[in-house]
Amino acid sequence: MEMNIAIKENDNLKMDGDIRIKVKAHHLSVYYGKFRALTDINMEIQERKITAIIGPSGCGKSTLLRSFNRMNDLTPSARIEGEIELDEEDIYGNNVDVVDVRRRIGMVFQRPNPFPKSIYDNVAYGPRLYGIHQRGVLDGIVESSIKQAALWDEVKDKLHQSGMSLSGGQQQRLCIARALAVQPEVILMDEPASALDPISTLRIEELMHDLAKNYTIIIVTHNMQQAARVSDFTAMMMIDETRSGRMIEYNSTNIIFTRPEDKRTEDYVTGRFG
Amino acid sequence: MDIEPQETHSSIRRTLESEIQELKDELLYLGSMVEKQILGSVDGLKKRDLEAAQKIIDTDKEINSKRYDIEEKVMIAIATQQPMAHDLRLLASILEIAGELERMGDYAKGIATINIRMKDEPLLKPLVDIPRMAQKGTDMLHRSLTAFLNEDVEAARAIPQEDDDVDHLYDQVYRELMVLIIQDPKGIQRANWLLWAAHNLERVADRVTNICERTIFSATGEMREISSEKKD
Repeated sequence: MEMNIAIKENDNLKMDGDIRIKVKAHHLSVYYGKFRALTDINMEIQERKITAIIGPSGCGKSTLLRSFNRMNDLTPSARIEGEIELDEEDIYGNNVDVVDVRRRIGMVFQRPNPFPKSIYDNVAYGPRLYGIHQRGVLDGIVESSIKQAALWDEVKDKLHQSGMSLSGGQQQRLCIARALAVQPEVILMDEPASALDPISTLRIEELMHDLAKNYTIIIVTHNMQQAARVSDFTAMMMIDETRSGRMIEYNSTNIIFTRPEDKRTEDYVTGRFG
Repeated sequence: MDIEPQETHSSIRRTLESEIQELKDELLYLGSMVEKQILGSVDGLKKRDLEAAQKIIDTDKEINSKRYDIEEKVMIAIATQQPMAHDLRLLASILEIAGELERMGDYAKGIATINIRMKDEPLLKPLVDIPRMAQKGTDMLHRSLTAFLNEDVEAARAIPQEDDDVDHLYDQVYRELMVLIIQDPKGIQRANWLLWAAHNLERVADRVTNICERTIFSATGEMREISSEKKD
């Protein structure tokens, strides 16, 4: 099955200004040993938009997300075929600095995972790794990152308390601030709100909207309603008969949730897929 | 990077709220289009201006497409933002009211069509009460939409009572035309045209009542038919 799904222009897509493709998967397949976990994914991700990847458990959503910043490299048996481009450059190319790829494409995980350090040090951790040690510069980065993560008012008076002392929702925003501190261009979010209560979840979602003004966001979520609420585009994945993940539909979120083209997407978003 | 994010204000449903606000604005815009159409259709009839009548008919297409547009946006908001309670009632009411407005637009189109069908036949009588009905109906429409947007339940309960005034004007037109028909049965067709126009305007006011019902539903959750006191 050859699928090459590009984003279609339609009335429901709000096009503000020029469309720029930030990340592109081109005939991407991912293998774990002999197992082909993903098959022939073609996907163009727009800059400064939120793109959600949905689909049933085990369909390869997280595998796809992790291949966007070469996190799969950490799994010894993993290898890929095809390309993933960031600003039209193959991130799996020969001369690519993986560390730089992961700086430009940051990640926020399912469970908030602050380091057992102060709030300040959590956020300053990345910049320090990149050699920034001047207090004034670090202070500025920490403040602006925490502000962008909509956490500043809640923590500005206790920056030197442990990050672990915060609530779950605050911890997740701290992790987002930490990701922002190294000035990424793309932020990958793997179920960023699944461990949070509904109010904290909505707060993270609104934060994502704010962040999308400056960053490209790709989110994997089990929660279809969340994908619907938060994203501009939605990619629907499913496994085929060989249990390999494929992308079956990719379109504006408005279309996916009101008139999907593929029957399987319809079944999934209406909860009829078992 | 020196990006000052918008501070989170009291609400954490800004996306939903901005979509609702946009829809309210569009509904108001649709309402003002319909008001203009109703007044324009009656003015065109009064002046026997066929060009104006044709323009009303053409503009009706814009009203229809605006209604579909609102309908689609409400669907998208429901599907993607999962509104609950008041938000859900409000969106469902917007859907309903957009439909009511579109039908009111059809009444204006109906009056314009009558105008065109009359060709060069003169009016059976100069129009007095029919323009009054249009004035009263559009005034009620305008206030009912304001009440909807402001969730003004008191106004929404009061406005439908004014439907009696419109019904009264209609009865007056009806009686007057009957007298003219009796005096000169050759005027039946011309009387019928005017009666038809008046009937359309009477229906406008009825639909204002529906808007008021939706206002009360949206604001309070109470879904009940409002009947004016002297309704026959």
